[in-house]
Amino acid sequence: MSRTVQVQPCPRGPVLVRGAEVVVDEDGAQHPVTRPVVALCVCRRSSRKPWCDGTHKAIRDDLR
Amino acid sequence: MHLPEPCGPVSARVVEILSAQRAPMSADILAGGSVLTDRDAQLALWTAYEMVYRGFDDVDPCLEWDADLIGLRRLIEDRFECELRAVTADRVAEALARGGEVGDLVLGLVADDEGPHLSSYLRRDATTDQMCDYLRERSVQQLKESDPQAFLLPRLQGRAKVALAELQYDEFGAGDPSRLHQDLYARTLRATGLDPAYGAYISEVSALSLASANVMSLFGLNRRLVAAGAGHFAAFEASSSVPSRRVAAGLARLGLAPAADYFEEHVEADAVHEQIAARDICGSLVRDDPSLLGEVVFGVACALHLDALAGAELLSRWERIDARAARSEAS
Ligand SMILES: [Fe+2]
Ligand SMILES: [Fe+2]
Repeated sequence: MSRTVQVQPCPRGPVLVRGAEVVVDEDGAQHPVTRPVVALCVCRRSSRKPWCDGTHKAIRDDLR
Repeated sequence: MHLPEPCGPVSARVVEILSAQRAPMSADILAGGSVLTDRDAQLALWTAYEMVYRGFDDVDPCLEWDADLIGLRRLIEDRFECELRAVTADRVAEALARGGEVGDLVLGLVADDEGPHLSSYLRRDATTDQMCDYLRERSVQQLKESDPQAFLLPRLQGRAKVALAELQYDEFGAGDPSRLHQDLYARTLRATGLDPAYGAYISEVSALSLASANVMSLFGLNRRLVAAGAGHFAAFEASSSVPSRRVAAGLARLGLAPAADYFEEHVEADAVHEQIAARDICGSLVRDDPSLLGEVVFGVACALHLDALAGAELLSRWERIDARAARSEAS
């Protein structure tokens, strides 16, 4: 069965992913997707990686 | 022509209704001054709105559309909206002058907001009593979390509608009744020994707590305010993820980790929701009708204003209690 995974990058924020079942991180660990849309951390500062926890807001613009 | 002489119980009732000396709805019933901090006015509004949500055990549900009730509701809503427009005018004008992409503008306004640091206090310093006080005050809005915004759905079209439905599906449990956010909040109350019943603390919470809940109904139940409702919702979602992480940490510090589920859920959920609400709901709304930008920003400003007032109220209430305790310890 083919399925579509939709990826929506948010400026200065996370990447929203729709339609995924599992996210595999860089260490190979599997993170099951439990909500209709998930936000993947791209600033690498989240305390809930791979998920965004809003921490990117604390990063100063010049460090981004 | 005058009213006819009744000839039975039915015509008597009609004549009675038509000849009743109804007090004209007059704005005089409202006290002067701020309606945001007028507990009587906010409780009246909350009670009138509640007829649209879950009602009261001892009230006939048909009164939901009673003309007197709606008349009084509109009177208070009028004052409420006027005051909100007045106190947010500067912030709205500044934001509109700044301009930029809608999603960035909305999220930027929230990020730049220098509110009182209620969540930081809850994380580091709050006593169990203060934490419970916070949970109790917030219960009037959180036990019907996202219900007011459900009224926005039939008033939106296209992408904005799809985005709101997608966001609310998550608020309403994403297909799993055990994940319904308003019920997660009830579980938080129960886990801290508070009463999880809907409306249990209505007689105790402050005017500002009621106003924070009422503003969502004001925007949800008046179609002309749909864009303000979208802006308010976006700001509400965008000021939740980081504070939720702090409150969860505060609950854990107080040995109340089992009560933190609601807040843990909102760390991740609202990191998603804020993007959807700001970019897909507000963004699409303004793209379809650019004249709505001012209303979206007005909604954002209302959320920030009320959140700041409600936060400051709790912090100063606790400061006074702490000061009193310190004085009595010293004596
Ligand atoms: Fe929620
Ligand atoms: Fe949310």
